[in-house]
Amino acid sequence: MTQTISKSGLSDLRSKDEIRAERRKGRTGIYLVAPGLLVLALFFALPVVVLLAMSLYVKPPGAEIGEFVPGFEIGNYMTVLSAYWPELLRSFWFALIATVLALLIGFPMAYLVAVRLREKPLLQGILLVLLIAPFFSSFILRTQAWKQILADEGFIAQALKFVAILPADGHLTATPFAVVAGLTYNFLPFMVLPIYANLGRLDTRLLEAAGDLYASPMNSFFRITLPMSAPGIFAGTLLTFIPAAGDYVNSALLGNNRNTTMIGQVIDSRFFKVIDYPGAAALSFVLMVSILVLVTIYIRRFGTKELM
Amino acid sequence: MNANLAPTLPETRTSGADLELRGITKRFAEFVAVKDLDLLVPSGTFFALLGPSGCGKSTTLRMIAGLEAPSEGSISIGGEDVTSLPSHKRPVNTVFQSYALFPHMSVLENVAFGLKRKKDPEAMAKAQAGLEMVELAHLANRKPAQLSGGQQQRVALARALVNRPQVLLLDEPLGALDMKLRRQMQLELKTIQTEVGLTFIHVTHDQEEAMTMADTVAVMNEGRIEQMGPPRELYELPRTAFVANFLGKSNLMRGEVTGKRAGLLEVDVAGHSVLLPEDRAVQTSGQVVVGVRPEKITIDRTSSGAAHNELSGTVIDVSFTGTTTEYLVDVPGIGRIGTFSQNRGQQPAAVGDTVYLYWEADYSFGLAGDERMDAGVEQ
Ligand SMILES: Nc1ncnc2c1ncn2[C@@H]1O[C@H](COP(=O)(O)OP(=O)(O)OP(=O)(O)O)[C@@H](O)[C@H]1O
Ligand SMILES: [Mg+2]
Repeated sequence: MTQTISKSGLSDLRSKDEIRAERRKGRTGIYLVAPGLLVLALFFALPVVVLLAMSLYVKPPGAEIGEFVPGFEIGNYMTVLSAYWPELLRSFWFALIATVLALLIGFPMAYLVAVRLREKPLLQGILLVLLIAPFFSSFILRTQAWKQILADEGFIAQALKFVAILPADGHLTATPFAVVAGLTYNFLPFMVLPIYANLGRLDTRLLEAAGDLYASPMNSFFRITLPMSAPGIFAGTLLTFIPAAGDYVNSALLGNNRNTTMIGQVIDSRFFKVIDYPGAAALSFVLMVSILVLVTIYIRRFGTKELM
Repeated sequence: MNANLAPTLPETRTSGADLELRGITKRFAEFVAVKDLDLLVPSGTFFALLGPSGCGKSTTLRMIAGLEAPSEGSISIGGEDVTSLPSHKRPVNTVFQSYALFPHMSVLENVAFGLKRKKDPEAMAKAQAGLEMVELAHLANRKPAQLSGGQQQRVALARALVNRPQVLLLDEPLGALDMKLRRQMQLELKTIQTEVGLTFIHVTHDQEEAMTMADTVAVMNEGRIEQMGPPRELYELPRTAFVANFLGKSNLMRGEVTGKRAGLLEVDVAGHSVLLPEDRAVQTSGQVVVGVRPEKITIDRTSSGAAHNELSGTVIDVSFTGTTTEYLVDVPGIGRIGTFSQNRGQQPAAVGDTVYLYWEADYSFGLAGDERMDAGVEQ
């Protein structure tokens, strides 16, 4: 007998039963994902196709408002892009700032609850509920509440004016600041929860080992805790950035000003106010593709291997 | 602690340091894990801590490493009080019972971690050498999850050893290794320890390991040290029933001191007269427990003719182990006595045979009369 076994030789070593068992496993997998695939096809693939078709519709000569016929008008894209590229860029810019802020605020919160309060389950539970509580109230209502908080008569604006950080005739609402603050606040739980779930599994004995090997607490944090929570940070930033980039509630309620308009707001008004379905569809498509591209770059750069 | 049992060890040329624990107590809420522990481990000592599960061994190591603060007492290393020093500032490294390898780093990065924190310019080279020592150089680029349990344990060992700390704490560092590798690593550890002169505190369940490697062995039970000393002393002259049973096996018999002569105590054990050197007894009057190790007893079909330290009974169990035959003999009024004999071709006694058991008076040891005779017996 030779010691080396070729690849094909190896597969020959598997019995018929083994091969059959493997096939059966494969089939079970297909049965399990089938319902999901069906739902995806129905509620995702189909609308996307409809949207794509809609974005190429044309307005026949002398049509009424809202009347479009199927066509292949690529020019729709040129029109909306040249008109609304600033809003598109602003959306990504605001979403990026909000994501970074949510990470800076959310990580310490998640760390406190998941790691520091491990020995105090009661307090941990209370804080966790507080983190999730916003999900129990309406998104729009909460944003409306923020509008009140940041209003000119609100105590924050008053206080800032009192210490002269804000000029006497300044506003907080209808500024990029208010929109970004709203985005950060509204999407914070999406940042905190994945990081919390990840840090909850952190083995603190590793931190003890790092300390035993001469790493200061700060050093242990940056060399152990942070790299090990990378999958949570990765998920959190995606879950925050993607909805924030497409959001229109915050920019409408807290901004509603020419220099705070985000792309979602534009799509909203194209659809329901101007009744420009192809334009709205084209913008939606552009937004979707840009997010897809950005996320792909992000995953390529930071994802997969590093996360294991 | 018995003052006369403190280790007497020669000072060695060392880069290790004295380790001293004074009055250390550790409480977890109500539960006392370590009770009023005093310990002096001279620099360069290979010190083994032996004891049953849950007796406080790991807790003691954690306090020395600075991972747990003692409730009472103080710790000093090399004469310097480190009680309030955080772990990363103590000249101590630990091989953890759970390995605690960093899963996101390669094996080599794991081993280099401590050296890099100390800004050692040769960190990588030393880490590589450390891996060679544990014969894992070929796996340097793997992640810990891709190693077997024994390989992980060796990485943990290398990660601590490469730092050459003044005090190295080993929490059952060889538990996951097979016999051959275990012996090899034991030799390796002992060589490093003597060459570099580090102070090793080695926690183990394996008494043979403790006895062969250590200069000093301490037997711990329920948060306190029962007895401490050189291995031979501990084995030959246990001071409590727990030590007598936990470290090797012992035959223990309760009796009454009936007289003294020429440095020997005469003890009446269920009607038999047993002699016991006075200086080997914890207690010299009243009720005492007399002990003798199985290998000190001779088993014979005929009486030795001596009136002392001879019992007779019926063989109730014989087991052949190859080099020896082990016997369990039922002695009326005393109970079961275990012993064995070398297989030199003699006809072994059989179950039901009446046999005589005798031993020299000098081998007897005496314990306090109120000892629980089954303390420390392993199930
Ligand atoms: N953080 C803690 N909180 C409460 N009790 C603890 C804690 N750590 C240890 N103990 C208890 O203290 C006792 C000693 O534990 P320790 O880990 O020192 O045992 P050990 O001698 O190392 O045992 P083993 O040989 O099984 O490793 C045990 O009864 C354990 O349950
Ligand atoms: Mg332990």
